[in-house]
Amino acid sequence: MGNKTILYTQHVAMGAKIVDFGGWDMPLHYGSQVEEHHRVRQQSGMFDVSHMTVVDVTGSDARDYLRRLLCNDVERLKQKGKALYSAMLNEQGGVIDDLIVYLMTEPGVSGEWYRVVVNCATREKDLRWMSDQVTKMDVALTEQPDLAMIAIQGPEALERVKSVLSPFRQNLIDQLNLFQGQESEGWFIARTGYTGEDGLEIMLPDDEAEAFWKALAEAGVAPCGLGARDTLRLEAGMNLYGQDMDETVSPLVSNMGWVVAWEPSDRFFVGREPLEAEKAAGVKFKLVGLAMETGKGVLRHGQTVVVDSENEGYITSGGFSPTLGYAVALARVPFATADEAEVEMRGKRVKVRVVKPPFVRHGQKVYS
Amino acid sequence: MSNIPNELRYVASHEWIRDEGDGTVTIGITDHAQDLLGDVVFVELPEVGDKVSAGDDIGVVESVKAASDVYAPLTGEVVAVNEDLEDAPELVNSDPYGDGWFIRLRLTDADELDDLLDADGYAEHCESES
Repeated sequence: MGNKTILYTQHVAMGAKIVDFGGWDMPLHYGSQVEEHHRVRQQSGMFDVSHMTVVDVTGSDARDYLRRLLCNDVERLKQKGKALYSAMLNEQGGVIDDLIVYLMTEPGVSGEWYRVVVNCATREKDLRWMSDQVTKMDVALTEQPDLAMIAIQGPEALERVKSVLSPFRQNLIDQLNLFQGQESEGWFIARTGYTGEDGLEIMLPDDEAEAFWKALAEAGVAPCGLGARDTLRLEAGMNLYGQDMDETVSPLVSNMGWVVAWEPSDRFFVGREPLEAEKAAGVKFKLVGLAMETGKGVLRHGQTVVVDSENEGYITSGGFSPTLGYAVALARVPFATADEAEVEMRGKRVKVRVVKPPFVRHGQKVYS
Repeated sequence: MSNIPNELRYVASHEWIRDEGDGTVTIGITDHAQDLLGDVVFVELPEVGDKVSAGDDIGVVESVKAASDVYAPLTGEVVAVNEDLEDAPELVNSDPYGDGWFIRLRLTDADELDDLLDADGYAEHCESES
């Protein structure tokens, strides 16, 4: 028996097939993960992501602490509620976890604080690492285990959510920029997600979550499980921690170079030196997209990518793309890899195109 | 509990077999198998005219979760394949004992039918695997 989110009984009542995910009993799908995928691309779907770990970072050194902890720079957050995708690196430059950090106040004010959302499977090591990095700074880390989190995603997501909320919160949603969140009476409503569609991620007190989930279902938002969440994020070219990157690889070989803020050059962050050395020596690998546009078969995690007689790579995440109708993957390959490769699949070699992710955004194929 | 029709026969590798009474059988995968696989996205089947032996690996079902081999439960010649699965592999999920059938086989030795599991035997087998 794993941990259960506050919405567990709802999942079971809605017919979910439950699987273990990082120690949590979570819905895999409610019948068909492919149908759920299409609902998100075409209308709207909702995901229980309450298993994710929310940590509030407060104290007068909160900003300096995060500028040291994260490879992306929270100085880039210039507006209240703005979100930044980042990673925590170890001293070798490997990725401890990827995360989202929100600036919860106006920038620079006294009492400035941040909210960080990290993965559930990495919770313990993340909390330990974050705590170890505080050293002598004035920083408090407060986990928020009593917050539920629901992601509502899809072209109709904002309208459907607004239809079940108060005029005040409707207006709040209308004012949100992309990648920004705002607080409202214990709720935190953010225009972020993990699907490549517009949508919201809403944190709210556990005791309000069930009523909100039911209201969304009645408003026509399809409950979706981890299966659809995985194919949606894969199409959107978004990494999954533990598959596409982990502590043994740097962001530079994980299609996360954009997440590393090199400037200002005098900002120290954990992992900076090894990354600079890696860059100076020439980055050896890259994380690319693979598209198997012809033939039957599904690219899967762990398959070998043959580039030429001497070079090979491996698939970090693969799967069937319901939107495109064929298999796609993320793969780590030698840096010089051109636009074609072969994948070893069930004793055969199949041709794939090497492309730049994402594959799909806003319901449309976007790679070329 | 998955659906295990009484009138069909089964093998432990989760294929079902319907005796058509004219020396041929229709073959597919069970409701239990499709439930374990999740959404089916591709099905590769043998061709009409292929000769297969019981236990042969004759095709592949690719689902969102995994690729699984399909085994010939009996020996014979393939006389039909379900071409609808090319464009609508989801029929394997929605109607595993009907429109989601895989192939029809003309049997070499009808006595092989006696070696198959009945519905109770198959239910017990599924139970033992869970």
